[in-house]
Formats: sequence, C-alpha cells, structure tokens
Amino acid sequence: MSITLNVNGTRREFDGDPDTPLLWAIREQLGLTGTKYSCGIAQCGACTVHVDGVPLRSCSAPVAAMTGRAITTIEGLASRVAKAVQKAWVDLDVVQCGYCQSGQIMSAVALLEKKPKASDEDIDHALAGNICRCATYQRIRAAIHLASERLASKEGA
Amino acid sequence: MRVTHAWLVVIVLAGAGASLAGADELRSPQSFSSIGNQADRSRALFVEAGRVLQHPRCLNCHPAGDRPSQGEDQHPHSPLVVRGLDDKGAIALRCATCHEAANFAPSGVPGHPLWHMAPRGMAWQGKSLGEICEQIKDPRRNGDKTLTQIHEHLAHDTLVGWAWAPGGNREPAPGTQAQLGALIAAWIETGTACPTR
Repeated sequence: MSITLNVNGTRREFDGDPDTPLLWAIREQLGLTGTKYSCGIAQCGACTVHVDGVPLRSCSAPVAAMTGRAITTIEGLASRVAKAVQKAWVDLDVVQCGYCQSGQIMSAVALLEKKPKASDEDIDHALAGNICRCATYQRIRAAIHLASERLASKEGA
Repeated sequence: MRVTHAWLVVIVLAGAGASLAGADELRSPQSFSSIGNQADRSRALFVEAGRVLQHPRCLNCHPAGDRPSQGEDQHPHSPLVVRGLDDKGAIALRCATCHEAANFAPSGVPGHPLWHMAPRGMAWQGKSLGEICEQIKDPRRNGDKTLTQIHEHLAHDTLVGWAWAPGGNREPAPGTQAQLGALIAAWIETGTACPTR
C-alpha cells in the first residue's frame, strides 16, 4: 500500500504495510537515519519526531495515521528555536555517545517553542521520556536554559 | 476405573470453566430483584458495578495525584508523566506523544483518540467503593455532572469503552460496557444508595 507523507516539508511516498511504525518508514524507506531506534516500545524517546509541531514517538505510531500531517525529523529542524537549541548543544558539548540526542533535541525544541522560559520542572517533565544512558541530563538541562536565555536576547534573534 | 477418571476430568474442567466465567461476567440488574429493600438493592447494584470501577483499567487513569499508574499491579506510569494543565500531559510530553488513536500492537502501547487522565477531583485510587460512590453522584466532585450524564459517561463514553478492548495482554474490565450501563441505570432508578465502605 502506498502512503503519501509530508516529511520535512517534502512530499514522500511510503510503500508497505500501513501498520508499519513511522520510525521504520523514515529510517528504512526514506533514509532519514538521524531518528534512532532504541527500545521500540515508547519508553526511551530516541525515536522522537514532531508531527504537526508536537513530539511523537515514531516507534509507536502507524505510518497510515500520518496522512495529511506534517512530519519533522531531526534533519528538518530549522526554526529559530531549533537553531538556538542546536547551538547551545554544541557550545556546552552536551553529547557523549550521542545515540539519544536527536530525540532529546526534538523534545527540547518542542518545549521551548511552547514555553520559551522553561523552568527546571518544565524541563524535567518535558524530557522525562527521553532516556540518556550516558546520563548527560545536567548538560541537557543547562543547554536548554542557555538556548532559552539566548532566545530572549539579541543573540538568539 | 477409566470411566471414573474421565468423569473426574469433566467435573474439574466444568468447575474451572464456571469459575472463570464468573470472574469475567457482570450480573444483570434483574438478578438483584430478589432483594426486597430498594436501598439494599441499590447498594448491591453499585457493588457489582464497582467491579468495573475499581478494575485497574479504570483506576490507572483515576489516580490520587498527578501521575497515572499502569499495569494490573497499578505501578507508577513509566516514563514519568504528569497530568499538566489539561489532564493530557506536560508540555512536550503529552499523552498523545506515545498514545495514538488506537492500540498499537508493534509497540504494545494502548491508544484512543481521547486518551487523558480523569480530573484531579475524580481521583479514585486509595478510596473505598463507598467513597467512590458518594463522589460519583456529587456534582461538586464529578465535574458538575447530572446522574444522567454519569450514566452516559459510563455507558457510552468510548474512552471508558476502551477498558473492554485494552489490547495486548491487558486484562479487560469485567462484563461489557452495556452491562455496566444497565447496572448504573438500575442503581440510579433505585435511588443511588452507596455502600457503607
């Protein structure tokens, strides 16, 4: 079965079982491997993408449900908030092994898009479903605060 | 000797079958007609309905705090999620981040288009059935619902109905949603008496 997807602003065709997890469609058929497979049961957050602007665990959503929706993967993040988050990530050298980081960034961007001045509690709640086996949580939190500060200043403009 | 053994097998299997059927089914309102006192009959009807209301499929999303539970043992939801401002999760970690419009077998995650937690005021966990009963019929604690609306919610709300089609290896609530609706209707008709405990 052929399903038309809108991925990173581009029309893409998926051909396969409509119950295929979105994750497999974007990794295996579309070749967008920035989104990671880890647990496969929506427990770790490594597969997070944005659908219609909000985070979604792509391992736990059928590709058939994506018709007419706007999918954004880590490769397609381009907003002002996204750029500020990515720069803060680099500046604070957040990443250790890196496997979970695309999912962490997708959640962080979604948080700051909705709440530019996020508190520690906001960050904890928003990213509670993004697990990091290297335990980079303190640097992740610091990077989100840094991005938030820069967005509020001219530096993030 | 062989015949005796065969009869024993039949009796044991029949007994097991009857026991399982009893655990899964709900009694009909008519089966309570022998209780002459109306208030006693009303209480008995609610106790039967309570087998659904206090089932993990219902209690898990009627928590006493801000965090739902999951599983037959009602352990804290993993990952940590909170109700947020609208009972649908925190910013960037919404219920719908993981719970899609339907149960999804490949990940084992249950789903429904309206997936959300019951409001804080409708907390059931840790309460006796009598306390839940009093709460359900109190408009100040049930979202300002009339008894008709309570019946509608329990008998026809499709998210409530998910409790009978939970997917995966999750145990469905006893009986059917229609049977629960009939019990609640009969409880209302008989005066909404509540169990004492």
